[in-house]
Amino acid sequence: MNYKNYLRWNKLPHIWCPGCGHGIVLGAFLRAVAQRELNKDDVAVVSGIGCSSRAAGYVDFNTLHTAHGRAIPFATGIKLSRPDMKVIVLTGDGDATAIGGNHFIHAARRNLDLTVIVFNNNIYGMTSGQFSPMTPHINFATTAPHGNFDYPFDLVELAKGAGATYVARGAAAYPRQLEKAIGQGLDHEGFSVIEAMSQCPTYYGRKNKMGTAEQMLKWQKENATVSSNPGEKIPLGVFVQVERPEYTKLTGQFIDSVSGGK
Amino acid sequence: MAKQLVQGNEACVEAAIAAGVSFFAGYPITPSTEIAEKMAEKLPAKGKVFIQMEDEIASMAAIIGASLTGAKSMTATSGPGFSLMQENIGYAAMTEVPVVVVNVQRGGPSTGTPTLPSQGDMMQARWGTHGDHPVIALAPSSVQETYDLTFEAFNLSEKYMVPVVLLMDEIVGHMREGIELYKPEKIIDRRKPVQSPEEYLPYQTDDSLIPALAPFGQGYRYHVTGLIHDETGFPSNSPKVIEGLVERINKKIDKHADEIITYNSFDVDDADVVLLAYGSPVRSARQVQQAARQEGLKVGLVQMITVWPFPHKVLSQLYRQTEATFIVPELSLGQLADELSKSVPREKILRVNRNDGSLITPAQLDAVVREAVR
Repeated sequence: MNYKNYLRWNKLPHIWCPGCGHGIVLGAFLRAVAQRELNKDDVAVVSGIGCSSRAAGYVDFNTLHTAHGRAIPFATGIKLSRPDMKVIVLTGDGDATAIGGNHFIHAARRNLDLTVIVFNNNIYGMTSGQFSPMTPHINFATTAPHGNFDYPFDLVELAKGAGATYVARGAAAYPRQLEKAIGQGLDHEGFSVIEAMSQCPTYYGRKNKMGTAEQMLKWQKENATVSSNPGEKIPLGVFVQVERPEYTKLTGQFIDSVSGGK
Repeated sequence: MAKQLVQGNEACVEAAIAAGVSFFAGYPITPSTEIAEKMAEKLPAKGKVFIQMEDEIASMAAIIGASLTGAKSMTATSGPGFSLMQENIGYAAMTEVPVVVVNVQRGGPSTGTPTLPSQGDMMQARWGTHGDHPVIALAPSSVQETYDLTFEAFNLSEKYMVPVVLLMDEIVGHMREGIELYKPEKIIDRRKPVQSPEEYLPYQTDDSLIPALAPFGQGYRYHVTGLIHDETGFPSNSPKVIEGLVERINKKIDKHADEIITYNSFDVDDADVVLLAYGSPVRSARQVQQAARQEGLKVGLVQMITVWPFPHKVLSQLYRQTEATFIVPELSLGQLADELSKSVPREKILRVNRNDGSLITPAQLDAVVREAVR
C-alpha cells in the first residue's frame, strides 16, 4: 500500500517549521506501516505534547493526543483492553524522558507491546527552545543562555537498562535506515523504542549555530553512523532485539489460569 | 436478601464488579488500598484487567485509555493521589470519556493524616483541575450507600460522558456493616453512534448535549485531544468553537442537574433548624435530629448524596420556605458551609467543623442544635 493512504490529507499542511526533521520521521514511520499493510482500524496512535506529538492528528488511525508526558500510560490502557490492536506512541525527547520518564521506564520494565518512536530534536520546540534531558552538555537553549550544564540521557542506554526488548536509533539524515528500524520495531512483540534523531533549525540549530536544515542534516551524516565500529560518532542501528514474554500475553495467561478460561 | 458483613472499600469493589467494571488501574494509598487489593484478587477471576501503575497520574491515564476502547474503567485513591490525578481528570472532562474515580478522603493538606477521616477534598473534587469543567461527585455515608452509589457513579459517567468522583471518607471506607449485595436493576451503557463511520462526527451532539463516542478499534477512526476541538475532534482556536465547547461540556451537566442531583430529607417542612451534611457526619446528624424531634424540637436534616453539582436550587427553596437556621457539620474548615452560603445567607449558617482527625460526635452536634433552637 502507498504510505500516502495513511495520511489525513485534509489536516495538512502540518504545523512544523520549514526545515523541521519531523516530517522525515513521520514519512519513515508511514512507509514502514504501509509495507506491513496495517489495517487503519486496528491501529491506535497515541501522542503526548510537543511538536512531535502533533503527528497523531495527521495520521488516519484511531488517534489520541494526550497530556504532556502521558502518552505511554494512556496507550497502556488501550493496549490492555484491546491486546489485538497495534498501539503506537509518537513522542519527543522532552515528552518521553523528562515529564514522561517514569512512565517510559515502567512500560519498558513490563515489556508491554507498544512501539514508541521518540522524535529527538534535542530541544523543547513547541515552547520555543528550552533545553530537554536530551540536549547535549554545554549546548545552548533559551533556558540555558550560558550553556546547559545538565548531562543528557542516552535514550538507547536508558531503554536498555529499563528492560525494553527492542531498542534502535535512526536519524532523519538516514531515512531508509530509520524506516527499517521503525519497521522492525513494529514487527517486534514487546516494548520497542526507536529514537529518531530529528533536526530543529528554528530553535536548537539557531541557538547552537548549526546553520540551515540542510547543514544540520549534513552534521547528522558526518556525526552519526550505521557502522558497527562507530568510534566517537553517534551509533545508529538496532542495539537490543531479545525475546521476553510480553505483558498483555502474560496478563491473558494469568487471567486464563485464575478464571479457568471463563 | 441476606445481609453480609462488608467493609466500605470492599462494598465499592463488589458494586463496581456488579456494574460491569472491566478495567482497574491504581496505585497503593491509605485509606483506599483495600479497593486495589480486592480488585487485584477479583478482576482476573472474572476475566477482567487489573494493573498497578507507577503512580496516580498513570493510573488516571490508563483508565481513560481503557475507557476509550469501551471498557468501564475505574481507579481509587486518597487525597495526595487525587491531587496527582487532577491533570487527567481534566482530560477526561474535556474529551468526555467516562471514568469513575474513587477518593477515600483522609486528612490534608499534603500527606496529612493517612489513617484518619476528612472531608477536605470537596473543593478539590470540584475545582482541582484547571479550567471551567464539569464533574459529578457522589458521597456515601454508609457501607450500603457505598454499594448503591458505586453503581450510580458508573451509570452517571456512562450516561453523561463525564468523570464521576465517588467521594468517600476513611470512616465509610473502613467501617464494616451488614449490607445487601443485590444485583443492580438498571445498568446504563454509553450511547453508540447512530451514523456510519463516514458520516460520524465524534463531538456532534443532539439536544442532550452528550456526545456518542465510538469505542476505538471498531471502524470509527477519529481524533481525541485535550486541546479545544470542534465537532470533528480536531483542534481549533476559533473563538466560536472555544466558547461553544466550554459552554456545552458544562451545560451538559447543568441542564440535567435536576435528574442528577439526589438527596434525602428528613422532617424539613416545618423545621426551625436544618442540619445539612454528606458522608460520615450524616450518621451523627441523623441521630441528633431524630432525638430532637422526639423531644418536639423542630429539627430537620438534609443529607446530600450528590455533592457536585451542588443542590443550590433545593437548598435555597428550602430556606425560602422555612427561613430555618442551617447547621453544617463537616470534617473540614468550612468547604460545605461556604458553598451553602451561595444559597443561604451567611448569618443563617452555623458551622460545626472538625479537622482533628476525629468524628463529629452526636454530643458535639447536639449542643449546637440546642443553642440554635432556643
